[in-house]
Amino acid sequence: MDLSFSEKDEAFRQEVISFLDENWPADQRGKVEFNKETYLDWHKKLHAKGWVAPAWPEEYGGTGWTPTQRYIFDQEMAKAETFPSLAFNTSMVGPVIYTFGSPEQKERFLPPTLSADIWWCQGYSEPGSGSDLASLRTKAVREGDHYIVNGSKTWTTFAQHADWIFCLVRTDPDVKKQQGISFLLIDMKTPGVTVRPIITLGGDHEVNEVFLEDVKVPVENLIGEENMGWTYAKFLLMHERSNIAAVHQSKRYLERLKEVAANDDLAGHGPKMSDDPDFIKKVSEIEIDLTALEFTELRSLANEEAGKGPGAESSILKIRGTELQQRISHLAVELAGYYALPYQRNLGHNEYPAGPEHTVDAAAHYFNGRKTSIYGGTNEIQRNIIAKAVLGL
Amino acid sequence: MNFEFTEEQQMLRESLARFLREKYDFETRQKIIASDNGWSRDTWAQFAEMGLMAAAFPEEFDGFGGTAVDLSVIMEEFGRGLVVEPYLPTVVLAGGVLRHTGGELAKDLIAQISAGDLVMGLGFAEPQGRYDLFHVETKAEKQGDEYVLSGRKAVVLAANIADKLIIAARTSGNIRDEDGISLFLIDKDTDGLTVEGYPTIDGLQAGDVILDKVKVPAASLVGEEGKAYPVLEAVIDKAIIALAAEAMGVCQKICDLTGEYTRSREQFGTPIAQFQVLQHRMVDMFIFKEEMTSMTYMAVMKADTEGHDTRVAASMAKVQLGKSCKFIGESAVQLHGGMGITEEMAVGHYFMHATMMDTLFGNGDFHQKRYERLTGLRAA
Ligand SMILES: Cc1cc2nc3c(=O)[nH]c(=O)nc-3n(C[C@H](O)[C@H](O)[C@H](O)COP(=O)(O)OP(=O)(O)OC[C@H]3O[C@@H](n4cnc5c(N)ncnc54)[C@H](O)[C@@H]3O)c2cc1C
Repeated sequence: MDLSFSEKDEAFRQEVISFLDENWPADQRGKVEFNKETYLDWHKKLHAKGWVAPAWPEEYGGTGWTPTQRYIFDQEMAKAETFPSLAFNTSMVGPVIYTFGSPEQKERFLPPTLSADIWWCQGYSEPGSGSDLASLRTKAVREGDHYIVNGSKTWTTFAQHADWIFCLVRTDPDVKKQQGISFLLIDMKTPGVTVRPIITLGGDHEVNEVFLEDVKVPVENLIGEENMGWTYAKFLLMHERSNIAAVHQSKRYLERLKEVAANDDLAGHGPKMSDDPDFIKKVSEIEIDLTALEFTELRSLANEEAGKGPGAESSILKIRGTELQQRISHLAVELAGYYALPYQRNLGHNEYPAGPEHTVDAAAHYFNGRKTSIYGGTNEIQRNIIAKAVLGL
Repeated sequence: MNFEFTEEQQMLRESLARFLREKYDFETRQKIIASDNGWSRDTWAQFAEMGLMAAAFPEEFDGFGGTAVDLSVIMEEFGRGLVVEPYLPTVVLAGGVLRHTGGELAKDLIAQISAGDLVMGLGFAEPQGRYDLFHVETKAEKQGDEYVLSGRKAVVLAANIADKLIIAARTSGNIRDEDGISLFLIDKDTDGLTVEGYPTIDGLQAGDVILDKVKVPAASLVGEEGKAYPVLEAVIDKAIIALAAEAMGVCQKICDLTGEYTRSREQFGTPIAQFQVLQHRMVDMFIFKEEMTSMTYMAVMKADTEGHDTRVAASMAKVQLGKSCKFIGESAVQLHGGMGITEEMAVGHYFMHATMMDTLFGNGDFHQKRYERLTGLRAA
């Protein structure tokens, strides 16, 4: 057992750091507004460098890094507070296409997926099928060279930006629910596809409903075999859960809160939160729990390095990772005091918020962050997975 | 000992509950929030007509109530209905100060409040004071028969929609002294006073009040010069107890909504309410709700009975509020799945208000420490 990274790994870290210094300069960290343009811009910078999808096989554009190098990369990205790459592309549909797609599909879709010339969204959940995903009812009926798709998807993140959607659809209603599902790629511009925004607490527009009405999808957009979609979906969910712990993002966020709490100018003549024993206790508890999470993640990384794939322990990372994100975002609300109350997210260019900068998004961020224990399989479902798959209960 | 409400209190509750059920459902509330003013004068007038304002004042102010129990009946229903009209700032805060200090001016203003003709706000917090009521940087200097006020009051509820404000300013002493704080009654259109208004994230109206050499006549002094701290403390403690009653209504409603939702939502071929982990979570929510109710009754009864320290009671209730609202709110959202975080569902709005009630008048940590100091567990 040894905690230090090899010389080679440290050299690699330096390479990552200098790339980030150049392309995501220190003075913009934590300040870049998140929108389609800035997100794509960053994705494309990573792509130009060849680093946008480290986990992919090299032949499709991956980096060939070891899991440790990937970990270092994630860590440095988080420290620099960059955006992630477009996860729907790099962690979700991309791996499905290169694993299960035909040679033609790989050729057609992998390059624009890697470069984000296609922005993908994930069409799994439906109004009636959340935790029980396999009960989904969106129907695809084969007619000649096409599938005719009818149904609706919901909670589709960034469907408003997306060019394509990868969907789970029911192609055989007469078999066990997991066995009649197929994996279809659908161009969002196809007639019959409509998107309706869902606004979440605090006013964000991240998720949508996607209605599919007699949508004609060429059969060549079917991934793998008809009725094998559940296998591909499960494969994808495994990938979706990697880096779900967000340890380094949480550490960075906590550091920012500590800076605010200790800032003399912000405190003025008033009490300073960094002197408040209750605040200190919460920060230290979070730090210690984050360390437990970090080393759980490192152990799972070591397993992966030894050739054992990410197993059910990724559910531990999801549970604790999201709980910690939520605790930190509540701490931000506490730090904001009365200024957590004003809703001032729609200010014009010459308008200033009533309270200090750190207070503006605190409450909205906390409310929005309740999603993390719901999406990607709720934390109750994650516990069910551990109970069954790890504990054999 | 007796936990019964009087017949009058029950009648008031029933008529208010009926009004809110019939005229103030969730869609109506959302429309009111989205309207230009963000609150409904019409509803306000009907509250006055129902006697909700007069019920908060004793007979000497031509009211017909004024006990903490009276107020709790109203606030509980407001919690259940998630009412956004400025009752707390007008009646409980500003009205509370006026009632406390008394006099002809107070009598006149309370009459206007009771008639539904006057909306008020109380500016007590400051940008850097967190929850310390004694932290007053805003200055009031006596010049001849006027006072001149300069400073900034933070997040004053209803400041942007009020007709008049009561502002805490320092007439003597240092920034964090209890002595030397005074209260002033100020018309909103007085020269030098500006309000940076905004809605709050949970749908109320508020604003920062900026005072730039605001001149008010000496007669605007409310209560005794330099002696406002105990007044503020007493009024805020009563407001906390009223807020506890509101929280009790909010918690009750969130528990109801969650029970209904989980009974109707099916996954894996069964209502999700059948899953035992969710049942246990809902049981814990129920326990937290019961505790909120118990602590509200405790505080309300102590406030109405001689010989109890209302400060201790208020702080205990506020600590409970923080715990109950957080657990119940977060759990409800979790049990609603994705639906819980949409603006379309009522539950998320109750959660947001529940969260913000913890912040108002000092959060759980603040009141835990205050309790410790008041009871001698912690050095003062
Ligand atoms: C912000 C956000 C973004 C999302 N983005 C996407 C996206 O891009 N694409 C996509 O396809 N989906 C997306 N989702 C959907 C997400 O995957 C679902 O919300 C999630 O699977 C839960 O489903 P549900 O919301 O229907 O909740 P439900 O399944 O109805 O769950 C309600 C409650 O019941 C509990 N529960 C359900 N079953 C059990 C059980 N067996 N045992 C114990 N408890 C149980 C749940 O844990 C939860 O607490 C997103 C969701 C959110 C909130």
